[in-house]
Amino acid sequence: MPAAIEVAGLCKSFGSVMALDHLELTVPEGTVHGLLGPNGAGKTTTVRLLSTLISPDDGTAEVFGIDVRSDPRRVRSIIGLTGQYAAVDQLLTGRENLHMIGRLFRLSKSDSRARASELLERFDLGQAADRQTKTYSGGMRRRLDLAASLMARPRLIFLDEPTTGLDPRSRMAVWQMVRELVAEGTTVLLTTQYLEEADQLADSLSVIDQGRVIAGGTPDELKAQVGQDWVGITLIDGAALEETTRLLRERLGTEPVADPETLVVHAPLADGGTLPDLLHLLKGSGVAIANVAVRRPTLDDVFLAVTGRSAEHRTDQRNSGKDTNGKDTERS
Amino acid sequence: MTSTALTLRSGRADTKPHGGVSWWLSDVWEMTLRNIRHTLRSPELVSFSLLQPVMFILLFTYVFGGAINIGGGRYAQFLLPGIFVQMALYGSAAGTTIGIATEMREGLMDRFRSMPMSRSAVLVGRTVSEIFRNAVTVAVTVLIGLLVGFRFLNGFLPALGGMLLLLLFGYAVSWFGAFIGLSVPNAEAAQAAGAVWIFPFTLISSAFVPTGTMPGWLQAYAAHSPMTAAVNALRALFSGGPAGSYVLQTVAWSIGLIVVFAPLSVRKYAASSR
Repeated sequence: MPAAIEVAGLCKSFGSVMALDHLELTVPEGTVHGLLGPNGAGKTTTVRLLSTLISPDDGTAEVFGIDVRSDPRRVRSIIGLTGQYAAVDQLLTGRENLHMIGRLFRLSKSDSRARASELLERFDLGQAADRQTKTYSGGMRRRLDLAASLMARPRLIFLDEPTTGLDPRSRMAVWQMVRELVAEGTTVLLTTQYLEEADQLADSLSVIDQGRVIAGGTPDELKAQVGQDWVGITLIDGAALEETTRLLRERLGTEPVADPETLVVHAPLADGGTLPDLLHLLKGSGVAIANVAVRRPTLDDVFLAVTGRSAEHRTDQRNSGKDTNGKDTERS
Repeated sequence: MTSTALTLRSGRADTKPHGGVSWWLSDVWEMTLRNIRHTLRSPELVSFSLLQPVMFILLFTYVFGGAINIGGGRYAQFLLPGIFVQMALYGSAAGTTIGIATEMREGLMDRFRSMPMSRSAVLVGRTVSEIFRNAVTVAVTVLIGLLVGFRFLNGFLPALGGMLLLLLFGYAVSWFGAFIGLSVPNAEAAQAAGAVWIFPFTLISSAFVPTGTMPGWLQAYAAHSPMTAAVNALRALFSGGPAGSYVLQTVAWSIGLIVVFAPLSVRKYAASSR
């Protein structure tokens, strides 16, 4: 059984810019794989290569064992693509859009009609089904776009930044749909700049930068590379700062960081202490606690750890255009 | 989202790798339907494309017409075939050029190119729908022509034949327009490239004035311009006179344009990348 995606040594240049530099990627069937990286890292280029829109300069890319270069047409019949821009016909209605896509995917007229109605209902577009899509909101258009990719029940779906520009409610709705698709056995390749999105949806991740995979694994594995959880204890009385710091140092064997301004003591949760133990200890010593927070390392911490740069500050140029632009502009 | 449980996976589409003629026809039909819907849903575009020919009919009939010696006969009768051809050119060439250049920047083309559909169907559907649009605008122009004194003097069948010839010529030119549309970098450039050649191309012909008063070298060009062939063919079919050679020339030009620009355009489309 071949993997859903098998990519080896993939290279692609645009002019003098090397968008992909020997990219490696394996995605087993039925999983969600997240491609995470800043703008210009090569995420969109990877998706465009795998969905047969452009050809690689070197290396191999296979979708369910089918080579994208030698048999693109067969690849096209089993994939669905939802790009960064809602790819729907604005002058057609939602229903007409889906029916047209269904027919172009060789569904029979009746199948295509039934499938369109089913997806319109499911994506909460039933009311708007017979309106031209130019009257749709951005979120509605994205949902229709996603519905269009699902018309032919693809085995593999590419979601290229599916929630960029969506409000939180629409973003949640898209996440929910992705989870349902995966529950039904569809494989998803997701690109995103949102660390939280990758964390929420992906079974495994590839962090890419400058066309190369620089880190990979499950979200938890990646976080483990960065370090353990931290606890932040907010005190009611500043007089207890010193006492709390001493207690935590003794129990955890590491050096806590006390902030007299906010009355917060930060400490890494090392092997020696679980959160209830620590709270019990402090309470027993008469320390009054206002608040406790445990912070897990984020994927931004991961990015910072592997590249020495923050992913977040490089995403400011979102919407600046193609994935290949601006590659060097913010390198520090 | 509704909670309707749906089996997304059951009954997946077949992964049949290659289509036959019937699939190609089905793809072309879907694309044609899409473009015809565009035309029906943007009546303002059709109205705008009628403004220019109407203006030309009125200006040439009432302003220039009296001063142009066409050697007898009513000027409207002389003028209208030229207007028909010019309008078909504007609609087919400029319309297709700008339309395709605009669409190539949109995500929908990426979706089409990532699907197992025929690549040529996108362009064939587009050009076939131009026939429909041209038929509508020509019908309106004929009515206006009748108002200013134009008549079909040669009977029904030649008139019908002339209209079919006009639609064929327009169809062929729309492939040239498609090629330009795929070659320019953006819609703004298409706006310029789509229309700039049409004025000299249509005016240096027998469409508005007899070519006899042009300088010799220009006459030589005008006599062999496909525009002249098409206009003379229509004139003969609508008003009487020997049409055969002009009709053949127009058909030959049309086939030539299609044979050259259809494959070039399809190749450019397949290789294009936003």
